[in-house]
Amino acid sequence: MKPFEYTRARDAGDAVARFRAGAMYLGGGTNLVDLMRLGVAEPDHLVDVSRVGGDRIEPGGDGLLIGAGVRNSDLAAHPVVRERYPMLARAVLAGASGQVRNMATIGGNLLQRTRCPYFQDVSKPCNKRQPGSGCPAVAGDHRNLAILGHSAGLEAAAQCVATHPSDMAVALAALDAQVHVTGPDGSRVVPMPGLHRLPGDEPDRDTVLRPGDLITAVELPPPPPGRSTYRKVRERASFAFALVSLAAVLDVGRDGTVRGCRLALGGVAHTPWRAARAERALTGAPATAEEFTRAAGAELAEAQPLPRNGYKVTLARNLIVATLQELLP
Amino acid sequence: MGDVTVRVNGTPHSLDVDSRMSLLDLLRERLGLTGTKKGCDHGQCGACTVLIDGRRAVSCLALAVAQDGADVTTVEGLAADGALHPLQAAFIERDAFQCGYCTPGQLCSAAGMLGEAGPSVVTEDLTADPPLSAAEIRERMSGNLCRCGAYVNIVAAIGDVAAAGGAADMATAVTGTAR
Repeated sequence: MKPFEYTRARDAGDAVARFRAGAMYLGGGTNLVDLMRLGVAEPDHLVDVSRVGGDRIEPGGDGLLIGAGVRNSDLAAHPVVRERYPMLARAVLAGASGQVRNMATIGGNLLQRTRCPYFQDVSKPCNKRQPGSGCPAVAGDHRNLAILGHSAGLEAAAQCVATHPSDMAVALAALDAQVHVTGPDGSRVVPMPGLHRLPGDEPDRDTVLRPGDLITAVELPPPPPGRSTYRKVRERASFAFALVSLAAVLDVGRDGTVRGCRLALGGVAHTPWRAARAERALTGAPATAEEFTRAAGAELAEAQPLPRNGYKVTLARNLIVATLQELLP
Repeated sequence: MGDVTVRVNGTPHSLDVDSRMSLLDLLRERLGLTGTKKGCDHGQCGACTVLIDGRRAVSCLALAVAQDGADVTTVEGLAADGALHPLQAAFIERDAFQCGYCTPGQLCSAAGMLGEAGPSVVTEDLTADPPLSAAEIRERMSGNLCRCGAYVNIVAAIGDVAAAGGAADMATAVTGTAR
């Protein structure tokens, strides 16, 4: 690990003031410390933001304001989250392990990096880690990587088929969460899923944040009407990243038609993938398996599977249909 | 380098540490507490699990310099007054290990887990605090790998303690030894 200077920030303003080029913010460290050990992240200065005070969950408007320093396990165990945002509680509990959830923060969860094997291996090229060096995943091991919104079709120096690994971010995308950010240019609010960006020709940029920006809180609007859940398909029963996951809300009227729905997919793209086409296709339609299949098809018509991850298209479609059926009243 | 003061198993230590040092290496290399094991060093195996301020954590991903003021309990601190911690006794009774390398992490993880409130991802009703069935124990202990495959007996041992003591009592017992 490259030597670095360590300082602890008192509050968010202090953290931003201490930030300079080459620095990184340290939350729970569960991803960053690992990346530093792998040589993927090489900050020369760590600004520890774990004690800046953003560790509370408070009512905010008709929703909830979650401090960025709240630990994942505390968010999932919070009575209001369990009762009003079960999809979020389930998504958080589906991620990592008990130990890691005790350490990892909400802000850090959002900003964790892809687990693409080439990104994590400094002996390999990677456009995300080293812009312009190429993407071995396009012709290599991409079984777990993206089927939507990737840049495999661009020139070699821009290609990226990484996925965002967070479960929580998928639920936040479905809930229209607002991410509060403070930085050198002041404070602003970034709506999910707009925090994360598709690779385009800058795959090294995971998010729209700028150097020195610090996530201070995540605001949840009131939960949308209807029943909701989070389902995750993975290769072992626990402590594994998603092959495909789904945050879903379904609101069915008395006449059996869909009044509203929210669908967000995980494990399929560089961002949590809000399935807006499927939502539009389903709203006002009869709440039947046929319509669920049609809506899933509308979304996945955009998919560009790679030679060895076409199974994700089928998996995503089946997951959408099965989960919506589970949510029928 | 940086100064850090940590309490480990009730004893305060003030050390000047390299900012790159993990809490795991601090425990093993600086304090000679080798009960905590280094498995993967990437947070994936759980062998290095300790309790930080009463909560289980993987010490390999915790930078020592960031733990200033923390109260750490390692496997060496679980037994109190010469008596084995109930989990240690249950692991022996149930033969819940073979090579033993993952055991300190399993014990600290279970001790922390028994004090954790709330549901897991396999809990049907998220608003209830479920009893610790075998399925709940398996899910909640999934951060601790055992390459000998002693899982069946590990789950049984933890189940015995959960049934006998109740989660709240266990949490008190663990944090009681730490403070």
